[in-house]
Amino acid sequence: MSRRIFSGPFLLFILCGTLIPLGVIAYYGITDRSGSFTLDNILAIASPEHSEALFLALLLALISTVICLLIAFPLGLILKDSRLGKKGFMVFIFILPMWMNFLLRTMAWQVLLERNGIINQLLDLVGLPHLDIINTPAAVVLGMVYDYLPFMVLPIYNALIKIDRHVIEAAYDLGASSPQVLLKVIAPLSLPGIVSGITMVFVPSLTTFAVSNMLGGGKVNLIGNIIEQEFTVSSNWNLGAGLSLVMMIFIVISMALIEKFDKNGEGNVL
Amino acid sequence: MKKTFKGIYLFLIMLFLYLPIFTLMVLSFNGGKTMNAWVGFSLEWYEEMFANRQIMEALGNTVSIAFWAASASTVIGVLACMGISAMKEKPRTLLMGLNNIPLLNADIVTGISLMLSFLMFGISLNYGTVLMAHITFCIPYVILSVMPKFRQLENHTYEAALDLGATPAYAFFKVVLPDIMPGIVSGFLLAFTMSVDDFVITHFTRGAGINTISTLIYSQVRVGIRPMLYALSTLIFVTVFIILIVVNIISHKKEEKES
Repeated sequence: MSRRIFSGPFLLFILCGTLIPLGVIAYYGITDRSGSFTLDNILAIASPEHSEALFLALLLALISTVICLLIAFPLGLILKDSRLGKKGFMVFIFILPMWMNFLLRTMAWQVLLERNGIINQLLDLVGLPHLDIINTPAAVVLGMVYDYLPFMVLPIYNALIKIDRHVIEAAYDLGASSPQVLLKVIAPLSLPGIVSGITMVFVPSLTTFAVSNMLGGGKVNLIGNIIEQEFTVSSNWNLGAGLSLVMMIFIVISMALIEKFDKNGEGNVL
Repeated sequence: MKKTFKGIYLFLIMLFLYLPIFTLMVLSFNGGKTMNAWVGFSLEWYEEMFANRQIMEALGNTVSIAFWAASASTVIGVLACMGISAMKEKPRTLLMGLNNIPLLNADIVTGISLMLSFLMFGISLNYGTVLMAHITFCIPYVILSVMPKFRQLENHTYEAALDLGATPAYAFFKVVLPDIMPGIVSGFLLAFTMSVDDFVITHFTRGAGINTISTLIYSQVRVGIRPMLYALSTLIFVTVFIILIVVNIISHKKEEKES
């Protein structure tokens, strides 16, 4: 008996849980309600309502990814250098919120940002003007950064601690300044971590509908919200599937761009 | 100077990460209906939460789905690793590539595609469809945790056991399993967490009557039971914190013992 047969159930799940569903969503995307072939669902992305939602989603995802990177990289460097507390306890503190349900974490920001919420009450106390960002794209970006920051911290930290201390010391010995070491040694060597961090923040931000719905108050429509509403409210599944296909294309394009960047970076190291 | 700057930076990020969570914790002990003013310490929201059938049902569903999904995906994943590691290079690379699809794909696409498939084949959405969906997206995590252990495995010890007269099953349980056990445990835990955390895929594959904690929060967040959700989030946070601390301490002790 061949051992290969043990992978049978796995193959069944790949077939029924991944490949067939992808085929089904593609089928819905290129047919209309009666089942005849059409490209209308995919071309529907060109309508102002849909293309604006896609553009806004790309923009907000890009902004929150950049903010996460700008916060996480220095954080990773500090965590790498400092031997704070017992092994990895400090890192554990920064990763811990990841284990808490992201809807609860998003709800927390709702409570904080509300018009009569805690932040505004505190601002009242000290006599400062109100912070009115709830139900705006700014609040959605804040929610994305808050929810997905640990996904950026973890891979960057993991890449940073793998860097051989001697390589950095060698760079200093050869006369490199600290900005040079950072840009020419540490950054390229941690690039794989940065790249996976970017993917892990960018894709969920681009496709989210929960964060934008909870913190955008229905006023911030991202492509994820449009697709979700096609399935839950308007029940035009074909249109929803078609728009999902377009969104997938954008995910694949962004991943290809990121991958290319990664390869270039690694080429520089060699 | 540099050190204080680093300290301030760490402190600010910590504040950013934990202030919202602690705010919910404090509010969960606030009595009275008005949530924006401190009325006084009370446990009424905890009492109401435990008495709330919807919340308790959702909590039960979340735990039972996570347990069964993690168990099933662990069994399927370990079997898959046994099979895949016996394959030639080409089919192995292909299968590991296919394994990555659910990991890389957006949750919303996975959820929608599963929902459409269930309905297309006449399967009505209920507890079972959520469970199947969860098993599907948990398997890749198990395989990613267990596969490296199979690669490190000494094939000779297994063969030696067979040569010495062990049946393949006996050799597997006595020789192979102890070596891959750490991978299995971390795969199971990872699958369990992913299942508990999931909202999007559950949102699309659940029937009308089934709620997990995530879908309940999403549907109730604009209605009146919010203070109960604060109590719930406090409970979840404290539970997770204690579990992770214990796991940390155990693995730390283990490492000390080994070194």
